[in-house]
Amino acid sequence: MLKDITLGQYFPGNSFVHRLDPRTKLLLMSAYIVAVFIVRNMWLFTLVAAYVIGVTAIAGVPVSYLWRSLKPLRFILIFMFVINLLVTATGDTLFEWWIIKITTGGLRQAVYISLRLILLVSGTSLMTLTTTPIALTDGLERLLSPFAKMGFPAHELAMMMTIALRFIPTLIEEADKITRAQTARGADFETGSLIDRAKAMVTILVPLFVSAFRRADELAMAMESRCYHGGEGRTRMTVLKYTKNDLKAALSMALLIGIIITVQAVA
Amino acid sequence: MPIEVKRLCHTYLAGTAGEKAALKDIELNIEKGEFFGIIGHTGSGKSTLLQHMGGIMPPEAGTVIVDGYDFADKKQRIEGRKKVGLVFQYPEYQLFEETVAKDIAFGPKNMKLEQEEIDRRVRRAMELVGLDWERFAEKSPFELSGGEKRRAALAGIIAMEPGYLILDEPMAGLDPAGRRAILDMLDGIRRETGCAVIMVSHSMDDIAAYSDRVAVMQDGSIISTGTPAEIFGGELDLEAMGLELPAASGLGNLLRSKGMDVPEIYTMDGMAEYLLGRRQSA
Repeated sequence: MLKDITLGQYFPGNSFVHRLDPRTKLLLMSAYIVAVFIVRNMWLFTLVAAYVIGVTAIAGVPVSYLWRSLKPLRFILIFMFVINLLVTATGDTLFEWWIIKITTGGLRQAVYISLRLILLVSGTSLMTLTTTPIALTDGLERLLSPFAKMGFPAHELAMMMTIALRFIPTLIEEADKITRAQTARGADFETGSLIDRAKAMVTILVPLFVSAFRRADELAMAMESRCYHGGEGRTRMTVLKYTKNDLKAALSMALLIGIIITVQAVA
Repeated sequence: MPIEVKRLCHTYLAGTAGEKAALKDIELNIEKGEFFGIIGHTGSGKSTLLQHMGGIMPPEAGTVIVDGYDFADKKQRIEGRKKVGLVFQYPEYQLFEETVAKDIAFGPKNMKLEQEEIDRRVRRAMELVGLDWERFAEKSPFELSGGEKRRAALAGIIAMEPGYLILDEPMAGLDPAGRRAILDMLDGIRRETGCAVIMVSHSMDDIAAYSDRVAVMQDGSIISTGTPAEIFGGELDLEAMGLELPAASGLGNLLRSKGMDVPEIYTMDGMAEYLLGRRQSA
């Protein structure tokens, strides 16, 4: 049951995209999100999609992985499509029946919103597929470090994310063990009404929480005994460094956004 | 009818690159009321075998039959599971209720027993594990000490009154006095209720001192089954399997290598008795 949860869907590889600095990927991702939202033209949408597919090909990530990341989105997609289709009322009327009125403007809005969602999710998935969670938090910490002077807890935030990621598999394993132990005591997680099943979950959640707090305590103690005192003066095992590849990647993104802005300004 | 394990196999991560055969054609019979020890190196399949005997995992090939319930059949497995009490490693991590008494009552409640019967069983289980009713019944299980938590968790299984008590390293993480107390308690419960105790342990001394029979596991197979005398008597090269000898056997070997004629004794109490007797007769 719990084994089905996949987190940190990293796809191992050593491609151009994998080797990019995590900071570059995070920054380019923000630029990409802006690009997806300023696009207002079917041809440009195709261009952005081509960019994503191109990056996927360079990264050597199977398209089926992107497809899988879109799957949980299907209900939201359908919902957004229908809502936009029905609520927007601009342009010519294509179809009218009772209170339902579909217009060209509504259709365009619905298609654009759906495309934006798809591009957004596949783009961000591409980042998590090609970057290890640890590299991502590392990159995030470095990007946020200038704000640390203003009192923003950049290091603490990154450390919390790292610890959370580190303990997800541990907790899943623990939950599995407790489930088996309670099954041995006759607990039933598979049959009965929804309320019965929710009650059965309590027998797993209470021990799980207790052990999570115990682990947190132990971890805090272990970190303190190794003289951990926050990010100040801390050196790193892997020092992040920009390379020429990062410049190339940034240029490609600048080109994409440049084309979008020029085309839309002209049109 | 006893526990019969017939040609039982289990493979972890079947069909993937990480495939690992945890159990290969296991054959085992365990009699009622017996104290059965299982030893083996880490990863030899002991815990997997226990979980199969506890009816938590469906047999992949072969079967486990407990009191006539064939665990290869899902319905019979769920029914037969009530005959065995499976205690996992560090059982105190499964405590969840507000009070010790409620937690112990969880198993019997799941068996759909009458409230009166549940109360009787909780009291008896607490008595058997040595937790005083007056003092502990209304306490939160999270306020107890480590050893008391372990006892409370054990009581939760014992209250189900299983015919077979299956334990995975029940003494792990306890000090020598605590280990001894749990072992004596298990043996006492066995004598009093007549249930069999099947125990995995890394402590050869404990296994040698308490077991009627011992099985040795290696790489998912049972290498040998026999009385402690047969297993620890020196014919089996336990050290080659990554297992240590009981301390008394080690002492015997040492004395023999120094030229002293000592018979094969595998419990410390027995060894002490022998050596003292020898001194007196000399």
